Amino acid sequence: MKARHLLTTIGMAALMLSSGAAYAQNKMTVGFSQVGSESGWRAAETKVSKIEAEKRGIDLKISDAQQKQENQIRAVRSFIAQGVDAILLAPVVATGWDAVLKEAKEAKIPVVLLDRSIETKDESLYLTAVTSDTVYEGKVAGEWLAKETGGKCNVVELQGTVGSSPAINRKKGFDQVVAANPGMKIIRTQSGDFTRTKGKEVMESFIKAEGGGKNICAVYAHNDDMAIGAIQAIKEAGLKPGKDIKVVSIDAVPDIFKAMGDGEANVTVELTPNMAGPALDALTAYKKNGTMPKKWIQTESKVYTPETAKAEYEKRKELY
Amino acid sequence: MQLKSEQPDLLEISGLTKGFPGVQALDHVDFTLRAGEIHGLLGENGAGKSTLIKVLTGVFRRDGGSICLDGQEIEARDPADALSLGIGTVYQEVNLLPNLSVAENLFIGRQPHRFGLVRTGEMRGRSSELLATYGLHINVADPLGSYSVAVQQIIAIARAVDLSAKVLILDEPTASLDAQEVETLFRILNDLKARGIGIVFVTHFLDQVYAVCDRITVLRNGRLVGSRPIAELPRIELVSMMLGRELAAEALHRNQRPAVTGNPMVAFKDYGKRRLVEPFDLEIRPGEVVGLAGLLGSGRTETAKLVFGIERAESGQAFVDGKPVRIASPRDASRLRFGFTPEDRKTEGIVAELSIRENIILALQAQRGWLHQIPRRKQDEIANRFIKLLDIRTPDAEKPIGLLSGGNQQKALLARWLATEPRFLILDEPTRGIDVGAHAEIIRLIERLCDDGLALLVISSELEEIASYSDRVVVLRDRKHVRELSGPEVNADTIMTTIASHQ
Amino acid sequence: MSGMMQVSSARTLPKGLPQLAALLVVLLVNWLVFRDFFAVRLQDGRLFGSLIDVLNRGAPVAILALGMTLVIATRGIDLSVGAVMAIAGATAATLTAQGYPLPAALAAAAGVGLACGLWNGILVAILEIQPFVATLILMVAGRGFAQLIAEGQIITFVSEGFAAIGGGSFLMLPMPVVIALAMLIVTHFVIRYTALGLFIEATGANVRSSAYAGIGTKVVTIAVYMWCSLCAAIAGLIVTADIRGADANNAGLWLELDAILAVVVGGTSLFGGRFSLGLSVVGALIIQAMNTGILLSGFPPEYNLIVKAIVVLAVLLAQTPVLSGLRFIWRAKA
Repeated sequence: MKARHLLTTIGMAALMLSSGAAYAQNKMTVGFSQVGSESGWRAAETKVSKIEAEKRGIDLKISDAQQKQENQIRAVRSFIAQGVDAILLAPVVATGWDAVLKEAKEAKIPVVLLDRSIETKDESLYLTAVTSDTVYEGKVAGEWLAKETGGKCNVVELQGTVGSSPAINRKKGFDQVVAANPGMKIIRTQSGDFTRTKGKEVMESFIKAEGGGKNICAVYAHNDDMAIGAIQAIKEAGLKPGKDIKVVSIDAVPDIFKAMGDGEANVTVELTPNMAGPALDALTAYKKNGTMPKKWIQTESKVYTPETAKAEYEKRKELY
Repeated sequence: MQLKSEQPDLLEISGLTKGFPGVQALDHVDFTLRAGEIHGLLGENGAGKSTLIKVLTGVFRRDGGSICLDGQEIEARDPADALSLGIGTVYQEVNLLPNLSVAENLFIGRQPHRFGLVRTGEMRGRSSELLATYGLHINVADPLGSYSVAVQQIIAIARAVDLSAKVLILDEPTASLDAQEVETLFRILNDLKARGIGIVFVTHFLDQVYAVCDRITVLRNGRLVGSRPIAELPRIELVSMMLGRELAAEALHRNQRPAVTGNPMVAFKDYGKRRLVEPFDLEIRPGEVVGLAGLLGSGRTETAKLVFGIERAESGQAFVDGKPVRIASPRDASRLRFGFTPEDRKTEGIVAELSIRENIILALQAQRGWLHQIPRRKQDEIANRFIKLLDIRTPDAEKPIGLLSGGNQQKALLARWLATEPRFLILDEPTRGIDVGAHAEIIRLIERLCDDGLALLVISSELEEIASYSDRVVVLRDRKHVRELSGPEVNADTIMTTIASHQ
Repeated sequence: MSGMMQVSSARTLPKGLPQLAALLVVLLVNWLVFRDFFAVRLQDGRLFGSLIDVLNRGAPVAILALGMTLVIATRGIDLSVGAVMAIAGATAATLTAQGYPLPAALAAAAGVGLACGLWNGILVAILEIQPFVATLILMVAGRGFAQLIAEGQIITFVSEGFAAIGGGSFLMLPMPVVIALAMLIVTHFVIRYTALGLFIEATGANVRSSAYAGIGTKVVTIAVYMWCSLCAAIAGLIVTADIRGADANNAGLWLELDAILAVVVGGTSLFGGRFSLGLSVVGALIIQAMNTGILLSGFPPEYNLIVKAIVVLAVLLAQTPVLSGLRFIWRAKA
């Protein structure tokens, strides 16, 4: 009981500190309810958001929800109470936002969704959603591989966490390309939970199950971390990643550029951590001239190959 | 308080029998309860009180005998069934749900409802009315747990009576109440009595028995000792019924031994702890047996626990061989070469799952520390030596000790401490719940240990027994050492009169 | 009256039989779905094959299960081992990345592990908080600590020495397997060749009786939690070395449950008392053999957890006295 009490006290103190920050005149104040810091990409998103806000002279208040919707709802409410000019929300789940967003709307505070959209009947509850198209990411990765191999390739797939939307969508996009290329086949698919450890373990078993890896032309991983695990598994089996087995993945985190620089990975599709930039641009325009942005701002899904790996690695190192 | 003798009995139990493996808990017990009577059910630990109640309320099935309520033979399947038959029970630890409201507790399982919805308002109204008849004016919407044990007990009584109880059983309801709460409780009991409810009152406080009971029944070792109207029962006689001996015309003396002299091996000066036992002085010499006598709850077990460091003394000083020592834990006591066999063998003595061998070497191994494991061969040797020496009946030392009978478990516990070659042994009820044969063996063993020069502190409610081997007997009452008997005073009669006497 | 009470011993199966049988069945099923399952070859001087994968991948959970067995034997539970893995991994990886020598990094990780165990032990033994709640604190807070150390990223390092803990080999066996074996042997000796094993079993079976017999039950309890956390730290080093990076968010995630499962499958009762280190390791191998089998089978990943649950249920049922009793009756009728 005492420990809990202590934690609450610390939490309250932190809240008071953040809410007590000075309100600069004429400076736009934006509250950002971030999901948490569960991955390197997420941490980078937070970091980029700070940088992008600074660039535009915006005061950004970040609240970490530790993967809990109730914390996010609480954060949004406290932003409303503080009278911020706008709210950025990276929703942890798709449903259950109507009530709190209505409160924001009544307070005339525009809300922009980041990196995931929500399910609601009333689309006027948010200004716009800045997200990447995860289906498209899978498709881009597949198209690169189809072109590279002339449409003939036995692929093993490392899925993300079963049931998560990026896993479903990145599989869907890739499958569209496989369906269009009769020479392409997914011979094995398993979940690697988006982690390096599981990616490595699953790849080890794929290699064994497919004749020591001889039947595998490429591995398609739903994120870079699993690809990095897979690369180690391929090396330990005495094969050359990037050559004997091509490595295709999504996210574009720094470590995959390092692998590409070493010739061990072939391609990655970027999921940009810069969601806040376009969001803040849309907000500034809306506040200044009342310009209504599109309901969906899609971020770019850029393809990166080893040629630019070194430069990209240096560029990203700081963010992650 | 006049009772017409022609009034029929509300509850009539005859020849009730219930056995457990190794124990005959109830042996042809008769018991009657009249309407409008408060009937005290008395006896020491293991007398069979709780078994009687549990059979009555359907927790246990009886082996034989009959139970009649209002002339109808009944057999409750479980406590809920007993309640529906008209027998309600309130335990010392109230068995209601502390996190539900008072009203919900009163009406649980029978909430007034309409269209499937509980009518909370009506329930609360009726709860308030009900409790008002007991002189209790509280907010019935509050959780039960927010009230004192006394209030909870009254609520439990109200619930039981409201569920059409004809018989109300109170199992040690006063154990954790203060004087004023006890008074309130007694006022309620007298009200219920006036309403014609028969009340069975289990307690071990004699003053309370005389304050509120009309009649008492005493059980001892699973047998009925007798039922008597309290008005014509002298205190001394009640104690003699409970402790199981008649006042003998000629005082039975132990074989007089010369008084043990010399310096005390252990001594306690002004040793005590609040709420446990008042500060006392105690000295025991090598080769001397000191007995602790008193009724249940008088502070005898508490004294033992204090002396062995299970409870930490708040006042006074302990000495071994005249030098001051600190006894803050059983570990300290064990290092001073003390040993202790507790009254509650199952939960405080044996480690049921472990083998007899492991149980026997446990204290010795603990003394040596974890690094110095007793070699297995040595362990076997110690275990087998004591199995033979104390005649522990088992096919081998590797059987789990939990499978042994009470007497053999007790011997193994004695072996556990004897293996450490102790200088001072504390034995709490060493013969409780043990069959006759083992009983005699353990007494002989105590005498032998004494001859070997051990200092012994023995607690027993068997007065003859304690008188037979003790050099001195300390009598306790109400958590206080009231008198020390020595020489010719050490006889069962004197012990008993001392226990029964008023301040 | 004073003799033995009647106890039927005919019904209980020989100790360890259900676990070994289950392991055998799972391995056989693996062989049925993948005929090269038992094929082992030499690759770069170390054994290579699916069977080796089972051992290699099962090693971290087996090491966790060693410590967990002791904790459970004292009637406790340690939910924080996954978080301790992450803390230890993050500590060692950060120090290595900053250029500290390997022994220093490893010692620091072990020290952090022991400190975590001390914390848990004090909460349980001295403050008498229920183990479930007490270790839940570190389970939640510990991962946060690891994230703080790693600053929310995967800390990668370049150290062949450190990487060898996960990917190296010794006598052709993968290093994690060697470490797990060594930990099993060390734990066994510490427990069975001192009186600690007896004290642990006594404390778990009846803490009161044990204390009254003069055993320092609090010290025993704290020691056991410290050993458990040390095991967790070692397991954390292995998974960190394996991917050459400390993933504070995912290292050891949910592994506390696998470890508890391994202990329970190994037949140690959650009510404390008697325990078997060896069978807990067998439990860990059963779980890993299942995981590997599912991966090799090409089963859709959506079924993984269900298959796992069914097999675990089967092993547990085989151990329950009720079912053993039924089997006894059935045999008597036949």
